Amino acid sequence: MTQTAPMSNKPRFATVWLGGCSGCHMSFLDLDERLFDLAAIADICYSPVADIKEFPANVDLTLVEGAVANEDHLRELKHIRAQTRVLVAFGDCAVTGNVTALRNLFPLEDVLQRAYVELASSGRSPSADGIVPRLLDRVLRVQDVVDVDFFLPGCPPSADSIFDFVATVLRGGRPAREGRRFGA
Amino acid sequence: MSVRTLEVDGRTITALEGQTVFSAAWDSGIRIPRLCHLGGLSEAGACRLCLVEIEGQKKLQPACLTKVAEDMVVNTATPALLAHRRLIVELLLAERNHVCAVCVLNGACELQDLAAQLGVDHVRLRPQYPSLPVDLSHERFGLDHNRCILCTRCVRVCDEVEGAHTWDVAGRGRNSRIISDLGEPWGDSGSCTSCGKCVQVCPTGALFSKGRTVAEMRKDRGFLRYIMTAREKKLWIS
Repeated sequence: MTQTAPMSNKPRFATVWLGGCSGCHMSFLDLDERLFDLAAIADICYSPVADIKEFPANVDLTLVEGAVANEDHLRELKHIRAQTRVLVAFGDCAVTGNVTALRNLFPLEDVLQRAYVELASSGRSPSADGIVPRLLDRVLRVQDVVDVDFFLPGCPPSADSIFDFVATVLRGGRPAREGRRFGA
Repeated sequence: MSVRTLEVDGRTITALEGQTVFSAAWDSGIRIPRLCHLGGLSEAGACRLCLVEIEGQKKLQPACLTKVAEDMVVNTATPALLAHRRLIVELLLAERNHVCAVCVLNGACELQDLAAQLGVDHVRLRPQYPSLPVDLSHERFGLDHNRCILCTRCVRVCDEVEGAHTWDVAGRGRNSRIISDLGEPWGDSGSCTSCGKCVQVCPTGALFSKGRTVAEMRKDRGFLRYIMTAREKKLWIS
């Protein structure tokens, strides 16, 4: 599962955004000019910040932001795992469930009632009619659905830690676990 | 008071008779992890993070409750102990709702720091997501049971230093809770002096000052040394 050899000449690199606030991707964008360094050593083949519709095949490294909150996330994550050599739970929502999983303290119906009826003017709870994906009863962590090779916690992980982490993995190394933090 | 010589992690150190392995090790720069110990308070042995191996003993011993002995050989950081410590932190994180990102103490939490130090980058156990209350009945402080690790520092500082004994522990196992007086809301407590010592010694965001939002709170642990030095040595120095 976890690679030990260096990746191919120009490894294929992807990032995906499931049930999270996109803060991890904002931090990823904070790589700034280092995004050019990253593009030089990896082929960025899929990302919310690139206009590509379908998750491609044969990806070497994928960072997964966000928890698994609905049926689309569940299906997408299984597909991503099948296409990815090294999968990273990227940020606290992916690693622990974090804010996305706060609703696990309550039954789903109570959460929908609170958000869409009690606190909204529309007064209607969204129905599962195929327009929006149905929410799962409980928010799951990435590791609850698929095998995870590495964890990069943080809310969000800093740009520096993302760069060091990705560069290490692309070189075939194992990032140190010590010093990585949940939260800030 | 006589001196004892012992070996900790391959180093020969000296300690005073009656001193604990924990404090002797720290005095020699060997920082055994802990969450329930706090200098100035009695030892509880509650968190189990300071468990060490002592040669000749089969069971692991909490360093904070083990007195030094002549020629004792102690190991504090074997691979097995590090694995146990990581698991203890994971158990703590899985048991209640420790959501660092939305905690007043984010960035200054002893549990968060320890997880990072030990390399706990995820929790292998399934989170329990218990439904726990937050007591905001006190005028100045709050108690968030979601973030409590039952270290009992608050119980001990209230009893031993403030002399009020407002706090105690009720229930057993996963139903254990910190309670004020006989379980009434903190704000209704007749014994609480509102001194805030419990808030300052709490290692996590479980006890906090009102009016602070995410990552805004920092705790002052120095006050306890100040008070204890004054009490024991009659010197008002920090």
